[in-house]
Amino acid sequence: MAQGVWTIAEQRDGEIRKISYELVSEGRRLADALGQELTVLLIGSNIKDKAAAFGPYGANKVMVADDSRLEPYTTDAYVSVISQLVKANEPAVLLLGASVQGKDLAGRLAARLDVAMAQDCTVFAIEGGNLVATRPIYAGKAYAKVTFENSWPQMATARPKVMSVSEPDPSKSAEVMDAAFTLDDADLKTKVMDVVKDESGKVDLTEADKIVSGGRGMKGPENYYILEALADVIGASVGASRSAVDAGWRPHSDQVGQTGKVVSPNLYVACGISGAIQHLAGMSTSKVIVAINKDADAPIFQKADYGVVGDLFDVVPALTEEAKKYV
Amino acid sequence: MNIIVCLKQVPDTETQIKVGSDRQSIVTDDIKWVMNPYDEYGVEEALRLKEKHGGEVTVVGLGPKRVTESIRTALAMGADKGILISDGALDGSDSLAHAKAIAAAIKDLQYDLIFTGQRGVDDDLGIVGATLAEALNIPQLSLIVKVEVAEDGKSVKVQRPIEGETLVITSTLPALITAQKGLNEPRYASLPGIMKAKKKPLAEKSLADLGLNSADFGAGARKMKILELTPPPAREAGKIVPGETPQEKAAQLAKLLHDEAKVL
Repeated sequence: MAQGVWTIAEQRDGEIRKISYELVSEGRRLADALGQELTVLLIGSNIKDKAAAFGPYGANKVMVADDSRLEPYTTDAYVSVISQLVKANEPAVLLLGASVQGKDLAGRLAARLDVAMAQDCTVFAIEGGNLVATRPIYAGKAYAKVTFENSWPQMATARPKVMSVSEPDPSKSAEVMDAAFTLDDADLKTKVMDVVKDESGKVDLTEADKIVSGGRGMKGPENYYILEALADVIGASVGASRSAVDAGWRPHSDQVGQTGKVVSPNLYVACGISGAIQHLAGMSTSKVIVAINKDADAPIFQKADYGVVGDLFDVVPALTEEAKKYV
Repeated sequence: MNIIVCLKQVPDTETQIKVGSDRQSIVTDDIKWVMNPYDEYGVEEALRLKEKHGGEVTVVGLGPKRVTESIRTALAMGADKGILISDGALDGSDSLAHAKAIAAAIKDLQYDLIFTGQRGVDDDLGIVGATLAEALNIPQLSLIVKVEVAEDGKSVKVQRPIEGETLVITSTLPALITAQKGLNEPRYASLPGIMKAKKKPLAEKSLADLGLNSADFGAGARKMKILELTPPPAREAGKIVPGETPQEKAAQLAKLLHDEAKVL
């Protein structure tokens, strides 16, 4: 019988990514609810020295799959390795992060294992011994509470920045073990040729702690420096509404909304964004929402914790100055 | 080169979604159904590759009869032929089952590339592409914003933006690509295109036509069970920050964000 909770750690260039700690913390809570062990699967090349990171967050075991062909990430190699390990060990619950890599991996892994997979979940619970996952659908215009039927392991991905990270306990450690797997070069059909770093150096919107976003009210691409200035002071990334992106003012990667990125920062500052439903869908899981708009009737104010009715061209620069007092 | 594009219909993104009284489905009255926006990027990219490398573009849709409209739209944009997988037994199926039906419709066709949207903007699962690629035993390249097929037509080079970086990935063909926003700007169907589309072949297939057993589909075969659909957690409108001037309002806001919300 399937037993145990597994989380798949995500690392890049040997650095453990924050989502991995969110997963191990949530995995511990679920393992406790089931009365079972928590195993973290760490995959990469020359990665074993990072395995000690997970014990303080509650992992009982860290299984390390180490092979030069597992760096950088490719779908082929990771799916091959993880599916072998899952079949050999039969965990009951398998959690990944809903990062770009995690979404890619989880989709193919679920297909290889022929199991259902709940993508981009915001709440997990154990009910009657089963994983129950809550996930936004229609980009958050509705929520689905789902569970699994004849589908083991019960598999899901967690939306980044939603699961809280536990306070690490340095006195705790996990048993580290080597994973047994084989990799056939003939199965590796894709290859990462190049990695182009994002020159802006800004934190991706899906991982950002704070976001300052601008919409049609920005009037043109030349005015975004106003938002950049505020973002610089408070340590935020700059996003945009669909209308600003479709107008060519900002790159596609900046779009927040149903057909763009779905974000959950601690602070979301919407400037000159009226609050079209497809935009609200993409940012409604933000913890604190601020709206700055000169139209007092704009729908964004219905979602905002703090609303400022005023011209963003006056309010945002003033806010930038005021914010300096607190950072 | 021969390309297959998969598409589905979703509620227009301006739609207000209402949960039905059964708490298992959404209210579909008055919904305007459109081609999934990410699938449109797939159609456009397939057409651009066809224009450059020659070959044929086949559009495969799954769903009720209304999906014919979106397949005709793709044909009007320039695709060559369409297949609609439509069967009452598909009602209530999950994405795994959908992908298996699409795989059955595709497996005997000649193809070098398959496009799907990176996800449907309805259930937001994003697993049809991966499941289809697995069923056909071909590599998948997901969330792609740039596609270049090699001159010899044997490999493809793509770009996948991840958090803070863009990966340049090569793959053998055939392969499946899931389209992300930024890949292209889909064209509008021209009037002559719309006229021509009416004469292009569009075959309708039932599960039986595809050699599939309806017992493997529908709500009863779901591996993911919906316990309940709910409206999103209510977000109460908060406070309007007081002040006479923009400076006063900004000062109040910064103070509230620091003292009360504790995010500054």
